[in-house]
Amino acid sequence: MRLSGAKAIVDSLKKAKAEVIFGIPGGMTIPFYDAIYENAGAGGLRNILTRHEQCAAHMADGYARVKNVPGVCTATSGPGATNLITGIAVAHMDSSPMVAITGQVPRTMIGKDAFQEADIVGIATPVTKFAYQVSNASEIPEMIKAAFMISSTNRKGPVLIDIPKDVMLEEVDIDYVGRPKIGGYTVRSGEPHPYSIKKALSLIIASEKPLIIAGGGVIISGASEELLKFAEMMLAPVATTLMGKGAIPETHPLSLGMIGMHGRPEANMAANEADLIIAVGMRFNDRTIGKMDKFGESAKIVHIDLDPAEIGKNIRVDVPIVADAKKALAVIAAKLSEMGSKREENAWSRRVASFKEQFALNANGHKNGLSPGRLMKILRDVLPPKGIVTTGVGQNQMWAALHFKVLEPRTFITSGGLGAMGFGFPASLGAKVAAPDRPVFNIDGDGSFLMTEQDLATAVVENIPTVSLILDNRVLGMVRQWQCMFCDKRYSGIDLGKVPDFVKLAEAYGAEGIRVETYEEFEAAVRRSLKAELPVVVDIPISMDEKVLPMVPPGKTLKELILFG
Amino acid sequence: MAENLGELRIISATVEDRPGVLFKVTSLIRRRGFNIETITVGGTEKEHTSRITISMKGNVAIVEQLVKQLSKVPEVIKIIELAPAESVYRELAIVKVLAQDPSKRSDLLNYISIFRAKVIDASKDTLVIEIVGNPTKINAFMDLMRGFGIAEMAKTGIVALSRGTKPQSERTAEKP
Repeated sequence: MRLSGAKAIVDSLKKAKAEVIFGIPGGMTIPFYDAIYENAGAGGLRNILTRHEQCAAHMADGYARVKNVPGVCTATSGPGATNLITGIAVAHMDSSPMVAITGQVPRTMIGKDAFQEADIVGIATPVTKFAYQVSNASEIPEMIKAAFMISSTNRKGPVLIDIPKDVMLEEVDIDYVGRPKIGGYTVRSGEPHPYSIKKALSLIIASEKPLIIAGGGVIISGASEELLKFAEMMLAPVATTLMGKGAIPETHPLSLGMIGMHGRPEANMAANEADLIIAVGMRFNDRTIGKMDKFGESAKIVHIDLDPAEIGKNIRVDVPIVADAKKALAVIAAKLSEMGSKREENAWSRRVASFKEQFALNANGHKNGLSPGRLMKILRDVLPPKGIVTTGVGQNQMWAALHFKVLEPRTFITSGGLGAMGFGFPASLGAKVAAPDRPVFNIDGDGSFLMTEQDLATAVVENIPTVSLILDNRVLGMVRQWQCMFCDKRYSGIDLGKVPDFVKLAEAYGAEGIRVETYEEFEAAVRRSLKAELPVVVDIPISMDEKVLPMVPPGKTLKELILFG
Repeated sequence: MAENLGELRIISATVEDRPGVLFKVTSLIRRRGFNIETITVGGTEKEHTSRITISMKGNVAIVEQLVKQLSKVPEVIKIIELAPAESVYRELAIVKVLAQDPSKRSDLLNYISIFRAKVIDASKDTLVIEIVGNPTKINAFMDLMRGFGIAEMAKTGIVALSRGTKPQSERTAEKP
């Protein structure tokens, strides 16, 4: 069958089982949107018009993280495409599958600095797994197929396909699409090498004080069950990175919560004392391990990661296992089980339990006003286990990470690697589109929320009722905290003033706005929002002097944590 | 016999011959902060395939990390570090040497013959000399030429292949 290039894009997206596309049309994607129009109706692509392309990318990302399939976003050439970049970079840093389709000026105009021309393949290359400009329509079916394959296999990530407008208008035969062949890209099995497993097992068996650190890779590979089995067998406590939250239910006795700069003290203490660290699907980021050469000084390190380039990138490890987390943990647990090496309570497990008691974080604030920690606890009590939480970036994100106990994988969605403010709200919309029957709460700060709040319009018009909880301190709180602690309270460029009124802002869009001043009002607002039919914005004024503590100052070791400010 | 490369380490990649592949490779090298000495690109025995040869200074860990990162570029078909003992390396340089002084010309021609270099152009005041070899040989030759006075010089960068029929599998990124 012969189709226009534009129709071939839609056809290929549907063959790749895409259901939703987030984006904004423009001059160079008019043929594509015309093909979407023709395809509308039952079984067609759901076309969600956003108010900013950055939000389209974040929505696609939020959708992908909940649904475990590539999220699809689109923008026109030039500014449309460049606006996608922040969202693409977030997905790249957090290994989230995404397919971005951009329009481009016609082939004859490329390189002529045409109106709305940008070298988007050049711009996107450093922040994508693969970026490609299609040069004739016959490539479209194969390259879209390749985009989905590359974005969702091996270590996942975003792929950008740039399509000139005249290519969208060319005709193409779509009957046969071979298996896409892109150079050296092979889908690896993810099976661990028996030799590395053997070496890891000997360290595991010899260890007296094992610690598991689970990263986002555990969630991406769906390895929670295997992780728990392994941890319980070894009686090994499990700390997680920010991206790993949800890898183990955080109410489990072996869960230590998040490790790192703003990690829980019990997790950081365990890393200081462990004699073996089994790091799974994590990449030894500076925010996770503190001073690189001092991390886990007393420990041997086993590193399980699907990406060979992560091995030895940041720190030297004793046993690398290049494998899918689920497969590697399953093999290790099975071997341990064969050997009958199940551990009983011992000195280490008692020591770890004592850390947990010693550092049971006092979530009550020490200043006037509402304590973010206590708000997080109330939210956890009300929200069902499958309820989804997204976050902004900054203090709000760290309070959520410290105090909101995640119970299931893929229910805590945050911009971990890139740390893009403004991520939480659009990501919540993408999450809600992926899981319309589950409540989705965006824990946000006022600064972060203001970066993408215009998409309240999308939420209202497209009927995507998520709830944004704005921890509203009228400042860029995390920067202020650093200026307080490290710049002698010389506050510079952090005052957001007393605008806007978030209740009125929500109402201006036709969403619901609520302001809460007490814990009771907060709990009532959360309960009411669980069933909301409209998007809700809950404004929660808090003191700007609330800090995220404990904290390991930048460049310091995990031993040098500050517990109280 | 291992060829003398000094501190240089050589990475050889076969890549798809598509627009933008060289950009993707160099963009990654820049982004990850690697420092390279030379990079060459040209055809291979296969159609639609190019070979990129990179020489760089650095320890084993740095070179391994670059190989692993580059092997993630989808258009990179195969990438390895070539082991000096099992590979051959060549670079071509052309150099324009000052040769006004007739008394020095015979010395100059002697060196050219010792190094198996070749005069490819001559004028009243200069000779243009072509030399092929490994980088150490070329550097030694250039040191001698400096004594005569170098007007201009250009080098191709290093190209390399592994010896024998053994496939290039010395250090692949796939190994755990």
